[in-house]
Amino acid sequence: MVGLDLFSDYLSSYSAILIFIIIAFGFGAVTLTLSWLVQPKYPETEKLSTYECGAEPFSDSRMPFPVRYYVIAMLFVIFDIEVIFLYPWAITFNQTGLIGFIEMMIFIGLFVVAYVYAWRKGALEWD
Amino acid sequence: MLDFGVRFALTVSQIGVVMVAVLLTVAALTLLERKVLSWMQDRMGPMEVGPYGILQPVADGLKLFFKEDIIPAGANRVMFMMAPVLSLVPALIGFAVIPFGPNWTVEIFDVEFKPFIISDINIGILYILAFTSIGAYGIILGGWSSNSKYSLLGGLRAAAQLISYELNVGLSIVGVLLLTGSLSMVAITEAQAGGFWNWYFFAFPFPQAIAFGVFIISAVAETNRVPFDLPEAESELVAGFFTEYSGMRFAFFFLAEYANMILVSCVATVLFFGGWQAPFTFLQGTGSFMWVSGIFWFAFKVSAFLFFFFWIRATLPRLRYDQLMRFGWKVLLPIAIGNIVLTAIFAYIFPGS
Repeated sequence: MVGLDLFSDYLSSYSAILIFIIIAFGFGAVTLTLSWLVQPKYPETEKLSTYECGAEPFSDSRMPFPVRYYVIAMLFVIFDIEVIFLYPWAITFNQTGLIGFIEMMIFIGLFVVAYVYAWRKGALEWD
Repeated sequence: MLDFGVRFALTVSQIGVVMVAVLLTVAALTLLERKVLSWMQDRMGPMEVGPYGILQPVADGLKLFFKEDIIPAGANRVMFMMAPVLSLVPALIGFAVIPFGPNWTVEIFDVEFKPFIISDINIGILYILAFTSIGAYGIILGGWSSNSKYSLLGGLRAAAQLISYELNVGLSIVGVLLLTGSLSMVAITEAQAGGFWNWYFFAFPFPQAIAFGVFIISAVAETNRVPFDLPEAESELVAGFFTEYSGMRFAFFFLAEYANMILVSCVATVLFFGGWQAPFTFLQGTGSFMWVSGIFWFAFKVSAFLFFFFWIRATLPRLRYDQLMRFGWKVLLPIAIGNIVLTAIFAYIFPGS
């Protein structure tokens, strides 16, 4: 397969996915609309207030939250990019030979260094 | 133009069949989960609706469909309404790249058509990883937009948990990719042909049993199931990120959770247990019988995983949040990296197997 053939092959396999996405969204929209048409609607203040064990909510819920979550998110971004770098190497493992093997072991070594650093700095603690 | 029309009709009907199958399985699972849990606890489970309670999912579905959809006063309306759909759609479209049976091509009106896979793209597994991460947005947005403290806490916990364990899922499958040399789900299945000793769980040169352990534990955490159901821990957070949801939107979160469960079971089957291949070649059958046995073995393996999900729900207590994060980052992650290094070494020493 070359040129146009390859392109049309790509187009047909990815258009199937696009159709699936549209159908899945359509399923969601149609079901919610139908349910909205048949359901009762009796809004009242008590019912619309957010749940807080039956008591009246006493403050806004958009409150500050621990910075721990933010640290975890940053670590995730860094490590996930490194994981994605492992994929092309894994796919071409049989073709890259000894050089590829050694290079990737160095890369994983750097990964481990970063991981140990994060661990020793206490970024993985949750107290 | 006719080609295009036929292809479009075939694709749409194929997608329809897969979606209906998934949604019916979800309906059956909601009942089966309650039944299995009940039997394990020496109870009967749902018995009222229909014989042995088999119509319970229909009753539940109808009830949720006709319930009022309450949007709390302080909520961010657009996000609140969008979140359930955003978490359901990624769970459904992941099934586009799962091979349910042999990789056959049939010709219908001069159009080549693969009946047992919707789209065999060459980055199948990457596609599934990418879309399951988008599912996390639905959960976080749902938790944040509700303007409820329980929802916010549930959403935050879900976010941290999902991204932590996603890392382990990503790392644990690198071993399989090393041995296969492809990201396509069809190629991964076909590389495991010829009997159960070729499945990557057992395969020479380095069995991926450790990777499978990491994968299945992380998959349980990714789907927010017991013992990792901290985002919706009912004894501390009421219902977590969907506390404020009711009616059909609540049902969508529920559908998404179960559809995700089926999806990770399918992925585990394809990556580690040979997909639709029978454990012995003589059980596979020949000729046109092959697709029957293929679908049977695929469904059998997926069902075994789904049973496993129910089983651990009945067996294991819930973790504490700090234990959960420590387990993900300090236990599973090093194991997954070690598995990659060992697999690479073995695959280098014994090439071409």
